[in-house]
Amino acid sequence: MDQKISFVVDGKSATVNADPAMPLLYALHAELGLNNPKFGCGKAQCGACTVHLDGAPVRSCVLPVGAAAGKRVTTLSGLGTPEKPHPLQQAYIAEQVPQCGYCLSGWIMTAAAFLKNNPKPTDADIRQAMTGIKCRCGTHMAIMRAIKRAAQMAA
Amino acid sequence: MNPITRRDFLQASGSLVVSVAIPGAVATALSQGISSSAVLGGKPPLLPDQLDSWIAVLPDGSVTAFFGKMDMGQGVDVAIAQMVAEEMDVAFDKVSVVMGDTATSCNQGGASGSTGIQLGGVTLRNAAAEARRILVERAAKKLEMPIDRLVVENGVVGVLDYPLMRVSYGELIGGKHFHHRVEWNKRYGNALALKVQAKPKDPSQHKVVGKSFPQKIVAEKVYGRAEYITEVKVEGMLHGRVIRPPNAGCTPVSVDEGSIKGIPGARVVREKDYIAIVANREWDAVRAAENLKVTWTAPTAPFPSMEKLYQHIRETKANGKGMPVNKGDVEAALKGAARVVQAEYEWPLQSHASMGPACAIADVKDGEAQLWTGSQKSHFGRAGCARMAGLPPEKVRATWVMGPGSYGRNDAGDAAHDATLLSKLTGRPVRVQYMRHEGTGWDPKGPAAVFRGRAGLDASGRVVAYDFHGKGFTRQEMATNESDPKDTLAGQLIGYTAKPTIIFQTPAELYEFENKRHGWETIPPMLDRASPLRVSHLRDPLGPETHFASESFIDEVAHAAGADPVAFRLRYLKNERHATVVKVVAESARWQARPNPGRGKGDVMTGRGISYTERNGTVVAVVAEVEVDRRSGRVWAKKFWVAHDCGQIINPGGLRLTIEGNVVQAVSRTLFEEVRFTENTVASIDWASYPILELADAPESIESVLIDRPEMAPQGAGEPSTRTVPGAIANAIFDATGVRVRRVPITPERMKAALARI
Repeated sequence: MDQKISFVVDGKSATVNADPAMPLLYALHAELGLNNPKFGCGKAQCGACTVHLDGAPVRSCVLPVGAAAGKRVTTLSGLGTPEKPHPLQQAYIAEQVPQCGYCLSGWIMTAAAFLKNNPKPTDADIRQAMTGIKCRCGTHMAIMRAIKRAAQMAA
Repeated sequence: MNPITRRDFLQASGSLVVSVAIPGAVATALSQGISSSAVLGGKPPLLPDQLDSWIAVLPDGSVTAFFGKMDMGQGVDVAIAQMVAEEMDVAFDKVSVVMGDTATSCNQGGASGSTGIQLGGVTLRNAAAEARRILVERAAKKLEMPIDRLVVENGVVGVLDYPLMRVSYGELIGGKHFHHRVEWNKRYGNALALKVQAKPKDPSQHKVVGKSFPQKIVAEKVYGRAEYITEVKVEGMLHGRVIRPPNAGCTPVSVDEGSIKGIPGARVVREKDYIAIVANREWDAVRAAENLKVTWTAPTAPFPSMEKLYQHIRETKANGKGMPVNKGDVEAALKGAARVVQAEYEWPLQSHASMGPACAIADVKDGEAQLWTGSQKSHFGRAGCARMAGLPPEKVRATWVMGPGSYGRNDAGDAAHDATLLSKLTGRPVRVQYMRHEGTGWDPKGPAAVFRGRAGLDASGRVVAYDFHGKGFTRQEMATNESDPKDTLAGQLIGYTAKPTIIFQTPAELYEFENKRHGWETIPPMLDRASPLRVSHLRDPLGPETHFASESFIDEVAHAAGADPVAFRLRYLKNERHATVVKVVAESARWQARPNPGRGKGDVMTGRGISYTERNGTVVAVVAEVEVDRRSGRVWAKKFWVAHDCGQIINPGGLRLTIEGNVVQAVSRTLFEEVRFTENTVASIDWASYPILELADAPESIESVLIDRPEMAPQGAGEPSTRTVPGAIANAIFDATGVRVRRVPITPERMKAALARI
């Protein structure tokens, strides 16, 4: 049965009328019209749907929208803006990372949470922390450079 | 994005001097009131022989280029803007490139065969040069000065020694059309070429071409503001999901519509063997597709068991063959050889597995249709949509919108036909987005193949005979351009029949052996209708497959001759460009002669291998350094050196990133990727059952040497380095371990088993 479910997305309150079992992704993308996160697999296998729920990365393609009730959801566009960019976004632009760019929410949202807790990671730390995030275009070299650059910028 | 109506969109296309590709941008353009009132004289028909079909100058002097191809993320549009800016003498940031919309561009073949710059860009270069010539001519009249006294800088025509005499492009033509005819070769698609009076600049004059410019779209993507095909919303649209059978080739016996009764607004749409769900809300369509009960015909085991795939290829009677290289008398030379080296190689079916499954939106209504597609072929897709909708092509507009990754004929071409069929059947705009099992399981596959090399050496180790033969699925079990429903799943399910095109690949190398043969054979599809294992173009069609084998084999021959792999290749490469990439990559990697492989000691063995290939005028050599862990069997393709010669370089920064992407994707395909299947259906349906490279597996470094040849025409770079990588990895493994791995993917299990055999 549909219910009214309210949460905060990128600083603005939002309400959807939906089955609480519906994945959060469909609320964000289809119902609220946000351009990201993206549908990649619906199985929490790729990361393209990653958002922060109260600051922690979650896969919105499997998280029931009911679980977001009353919480803060942050998407890639809420992480930073051209006026107030997140270091990872600046680093991604400087390194020109994207090919298709459909995977970006996975990498940037996961890396943002990771760098917050690990401000001075080694290469091996970064490789390990990003396990399970997919990029099909093969931009991994640029991704490594961007995450390291962002860590340096934040230091 | 605000929903827009199809009618707004169709009307917009006819009236703008500069129309735009993305619906959101169209809505913006409309709201700003740009309309036909700003256009004097009306736009000539959108035909290749009109300069206005290629170039427009806006009142502010900025330039729009209309490109009948599109960018899949490598940044070809940046290169096009550079080429146009260069020829017109305007600043790079004054040029915008509108891509892949049938309402604004001519059919240049879409994203295809790494020809974006090589063919598509050269056409725009010619158009831009012609536009400049005409503008300078007009300026000469206006300023009453001879042409040879005029100079152009930043879109302003000035007069030598008279700094106050000047007129800008905007003043000369801004917002108006050229109404100028150019010659064209009457061939649509990749081959479309223009002949103009103007002569493009001498490369020595280039200021914009040859420099690195970033992609503006990167920032939009990174801030989550870019609009993908998945974000297109049309007023009143339904969400569609397609039902696939549990076993390949099965057809529906009955559909239990009651099984989705509880899901609001969801209903079944069926035509012949085609079944789909539509619903007003996306989640309802997804749920209904999951819950719908369908009774299917019994499985028929259309495939061999996976273990017998290569046996199937070897034993199946060929339906096509060729021998494009046949020099001397190979058989006689083999008989007379002191020693014969022989080896066979195998490459599996692989999936595009694009980052997101495909999406398309179609609105078929009132004798017209609008298609939004993320595919590489919007112009041909227009014809396909027209056929599927039963409309004349001129009543259809197809608009490319950036999709979730594309490396050839992936599932996007199928989604476009699904959306069209569903819109036709429901009378509503329909958005179809596939699920992951379709993106991986039901996309067209890269072909599996087996290869055999035979070489004869004389007593001194000289190659006296060389024979290379490939056999596998044609790379086009259905045509790749999406212009006909027969080449799509939806079309085949409603009764169209695909006809395979027989086309294969032989090694693209120039080793000069006196007796040399390259041959190929193809076999028919395993299942000829709506097959999840149907084969089509995947980045560098048959390139990685063939050159994994041919560059492994030449390494085996070098080893048999007791020669260093670099020196051995150079012994037989007489072509200057081909020999140069080999020499350059060896120098870059500080290659040390290594005639004796298997020197790796300890648990982790390190080795290096080389490979070199050509592709349509681009020559690439790669050195790979790998680490092989004896205990786990894990291969880490750790370091790469690339020497890349694609003629004139337009954007070195973009090229470097393009090469990196190709190398990493090729590492993934060489070490991890294989489509699994049973006798009844595809078993690789998600990222767990079709693993690809993770960040932990990415190389530590890729060093590219870009060989610029400004005097040459630009060649392609989107794919060529892909085919060079697999052989370099296999050869490095041999160098590290002394073991030849002749089957891809080189998984830890296979590597371990191979090590155990020595």
